Amino acid sequence: MSLSIENVNRIAWLARLAIDADKVEAYAHDLSGILDFVARLEDVDTSAVKPMAHPLEQIQRLRPDLPTEPDQRQHFQRIAPRVEAGLYLVPKVIE
Amino acid sequence: MHTQTIAQLARGLKNRDFSSVELTEACLARIRQHNPALNCYISLTEEAALAEARAADARIASGQAEPLTGIPIAQKDIFCTEGVRTSCGSRMLDSFIAPYDATIVSRFRAAGSVMPGKLNMDEFAMGSSNETSFYGPVKNPWNLQTVPGGSSGGSAAAVAAGLAPGATGTDTGGSIRQPASFCGITGIKPTYGRCSRWGMIAFASSLDQAGPMARTAEDCALMLQVMAGFDPKDSTSVDVPVPDYAGALNASLDGLRIGLPREFFEAGLDPAIEQLIRAAVAEYRKLGATVSEISLPNMPLSVPAYYVVAPAECSSNLARYDGVRFGHRCANPADLPDLYTRSRGEGFGAEVKRRILMGTYALSAGYYDAYYLKAQKVRRLISDDFQQAFRSVDVIMGPTAPSVAFGLGEKSDDPVSMYLSDIYTIGVNLAGLPGLSLPAGFCAGLPVGLQLIGNYFSEARLLNLAHRYQQVTDWHTRQPTL
Repeated sequence: MSLSIENVNRIAWLARLAIDADKVEAYAHDLSGILDFVARLEDVDTSAVKPMAHPLEQIQRLRPDLPTEPDQRQHFQRIAPRVEAGLYLVPKVIE
Repeated sequence: MHTQTIAQLARGLKNRDFSSVELTEACLARIRQHNPALNCYISLTEEAALAEARAADARIASGQAEPLTGIPIAQKDIFCTEGVRTSCGSRMLDSFIAPYDATIVSRFRAAGSVMPGKLNMDEFAMGSSNETSFYGPVKNPWNLQTVPGGSSGGSAAAVAAGLAPGATGTDTGGSIRQPASFCGITGIKPTYGRCSRWGMIAFASSLDQAGPMARTAEDCALMLQVMAGFDPKDSTSVDVPVPDYAGALNASLDGLRIGLPREFFEAGLDPAIEQLIRAAVAEYRKLGATVSEISLPNMPLSVPAYYVVAPAECSSNLARYDGVRFGHRCANPADLPDLYTRSRGEGFGAEVKRRILMGTYALSAGYYDAYYLKAQKVRRLISDDFQQAFRSVDVIMGPTAPSVAFGLGEKSDDPVSMYLSDIYTIGVNLAGLPGLSLPAGFCAGLPVGLQLIGNYFSEARLLNLAHRYQQVTDWHTRQPTL
């Protein structure tokens, strides 16, 4: 399985990840190598196997639907890059 | 004091041979002396550590001490520590001051231990050599030209070099056991769900597990006693009673059935390592165990299955780093997509990017069944192999890694060759089993680790097996000269 430069750029966009233009080819090469390596999974017949999501077959634990966390907005926003009036600031989305 | 184990130091504190303040000062002095060459620590928390040491001394004086009260235990920089930078080895979190403590950290605080600082690691725990850290590679104290292993490389090197008597680690594909092997210390990855993951920065949520790293199995038992237990804040935490780990250390090995998987001794294993592993197994025979050959036929599929599952979960977990709420944010973003892509592009290093891309691809429309679902099915085959084996044996033994510590830079250009250094450890994570690595000899002056794999929640038995071996051998007492 070989990934093209276009493939890598497409995946990088899906991941919202900027990749330096001069490194895209190296990523294409590395990722193709990893895909070749994992391709050996295709040789195994798993038609009768149930996928394993949790080692102990545990299911999601539920708790009573009650608030357990106090309001810590100020505490958590202290580490935010940009906030104003309790809101996170990002570039304008709607003109 | 840096040559003593946690158990010895605890006795010293109890007998008032020295205080926790004296112990902590000695530990900090040794860190200041040797950390520049080894690069084990990313952050030092000297003042807070001395305050904790003073509190520990008061607690010891009042007769309220627990086994780890006053003992310096360093935290891998993947565990959130309130008010202290928690970088996860990444530029993305270089300025991230955690707003809360991870459950593991809270538990050590409650036990009265002292945190000298935060330990270096591969970026977001993605690596097997500690070379992907934003803060530079950690050096192996046995040979500064070699890697300490990864991702808990700072933890392993710090313990081996006496820069902390004990350290926490995390293990997603071998990140406790492989560095423990490379640095000649003892480390255990508990059963998935045994230790809380709350506040432990997520890499691959269905595989990640925290565990202790120290010189001896006895020390690991003391640490695991503090770390293990149910946590309602972690939805994958398992509510199973925690046994008395230290109390089980001396149990008899009479009638113990050891299985040696054929697949662990095939091509790819350094013959000198094989010899040491077989010698260690012979030692267990003398202690009353019987040995048989077993097979884990799907073992060769574990690394490929892992490199679908782990990157897929990583790409999902690392989506939270968006430059908006915390972490690195690029300068002057033109618009929102530019803010996301550039913040992430600048914040993450090459290996993390590789895995995000791999995972994004494996989860993207049209490929999910072919990769992620397929890997989850193979995962069950691997897990079934282990359960089949545990019908006839109590413990599986083999090498922890196929080689001793390799040279710095030796594998950094070839991701797949790096991935294969975890060939004997990854299957254990996929199955969610506990695994332990302990020192079993030296090859060309570098430590070799013996791996013990047990069934679910058999940590007490694994620690017992390691302890009994350490009673009749002295590999774990060897220390590097710095």
